[in-house]
Amino acid sequence: MRIAVLGAGHVGPVLARLAVAAGCPVAIAGSGDPARIAMITEFLAPGAVPLSASDAVADADLVVLAIPWHRFGMLEPGMFTGKIVIDAMNHWPPAAAPLGTSEEVASRLVGARVVKTLNHIACQDMEPPDGRAVGLAGDDAAAVEAVSEFLRRIGFEPVPVGSLAAGRLLEPGSPLFGVAVARPEFEKFTKELA
Amino acid sequence: MTTFGLDTFGDVTHDAEGRPLTHAQTIRDVVEEGVLADEVGLDFFGIGEHHTPDMPLSAADVVLAAIAARTSRIRLGSAVTVLSSDDPVRVFQRFSTLNAVSDGRAEVILGRGSSVDSFPLFGYDLADYEDLFEEKTHLFAELLKGGPVTWQGKTRASLHEQDVVPFTEPFPTWIGVGGSPQSVVRAASYGFSLMLAIIGGHPGRFAPFSELYLHALEKFGRSPLPIGIHSPGHVAPTDEQAREEFWPHYLDVITRLGKTRGFATPTPESYAHEVGPHGALFVGSPETVAEKMARTMKTLKASRFDLKYGIGGLSHGSLMRTIELYGTEVVPRVRELLV
Repeated sequence: MRIAVLGAGHVGPVLARLAVAAGCPVAIAGSGDPARIAMITEFLAPGAVPLSASDAVADADLVVLAIPWHRFGMLEPGMFTGKIVIDAMNHWPPAAAPLGTSEEVASRLVGARVVKTLNHIACQDMEPPDGRAVGLAGDDAAAVEAVSEFLRRIGFEPVPVGSLAAGRLLEPGSPLFGVAVARPEFEKFTKELA
Repeated sequence: MTTFGLDTFGDVTHDAEGRPLTHAQTIRDVVEEGVLADEVGLDFFGIGEHHTPDMPLSAADVVLAAIAARTSRIRLGSAVTVLSSDDPVRVFQRFSTLNAVSDGRAEVILGRGSSVDSFPLFGYDLADYEDLFEEKTHLFAELLKGGPVTWQGKTRASLHEQDVVPFTEPFPTWIGVGGSPQSVVRAASYGFSLMLAIIGGHPGRFAPFSELYLHALEKFGRSPLPIGIHSPGHVAPTDEQAREEFWPHYLDVITRLGKTRGFATPTPESYAHEVGPHGALFVGSPETVAEKMARTMKTLKASRFDLKYGIGGLSHGSLMRTIELYGTEVVPRVRELLV
């Protein structure tokens, strides 16, 4: 499973590191010239390959969006057609009455198979993953299954919470946001919200 | 040289009955705390800029100057200055003035701001978060060189051969980093020291940041500079007492902050993890806190540790006791453990 991580900030290198440890080929992209993140990659995600966003995405089976939400509009939408795309972004600070980020991602990245996950867990709780539950939401069942498989491989316990619209349950303001617990406790939250 | 400091965010202190004191009294209490930090032999006292009713220390440099007037040894600084929403020229002027008042004891820790209350207050857009910090850090580095400054950018008026006064001795400048690798590289490129703000999770996960920083310093041809750690804590005679005193206030503050910053509400289990050997809270008896500090400093190759003491709801008396135990018992023990 070839992974492209877009974003070399707080979250991107952590996910790249976990994916490398799980044996996946990983490319990582920041904004602009990959040389700018060469040193960061060497120390924070050794084994991952810094590439431009378009090169990273072109070869990937699965793309992780770990960039600030206000930068999302700068991505070229065409390159994501047919790709499974994990939306790990958050409206920050929470918008007053937003569509879920993933609904916006899906409407802009036409043809991409979007799954919302990994946005609700802080990077400090990702390493080690320790089998913590992460919620995921998506409309494409095969994409949700592929992302579940990826999450399991890197050490999390995937817990589907419904359609892409239900991804709002994972966003800031929801009781699930920031929650880093094992599956049984996580499901207590999801049942309360159902 | 290994150095030890205290940081405060100036949370409103409470009286013995748990009633909040005024902002004015809280600020006077912070001055007393800084004076005690000097008396118990600590190397640094830092105040983190905040702009909320719970944390009213918005003008840290004024408070630091008051502490400077009553001490002669301890170094005094911000922890952090939210440079993104401030004017680098004014930050330089204020801390250069503090440096004069304190006879060369000023330091600055620059931050992008993890609490972002200052952005709307001063009319900044959070979407410009990275650009503001990048540009203003660059200007600040130019100002530190001394002499007339020529600078052009988007975030403030350009400067041409501009004298920015007062000129005082150079003062140490750090960048506070909470998890942004770009900030680590930026600190190295400007020759600023690295302050790792570790407020949750396993401190050991920052080890790659230290390696990145040391490598980047070398790559940019900089001399070696210290790595510091800033982490929250509370010290009492026993582990049980420290944990029990800190818990209700930690629960209250993190629950309230969580609403705007996305922290999960703490549970007894998550708290036990954070105060345990793999968490980021340095809460316990002097021996427990000292052992954890020494271990963390070794893992992260740090030569400076700033304990962020105090959390909303604790009394001034309780904070004074933490300062005393930290200075007289914890720090000497850490020094022994690090030999």
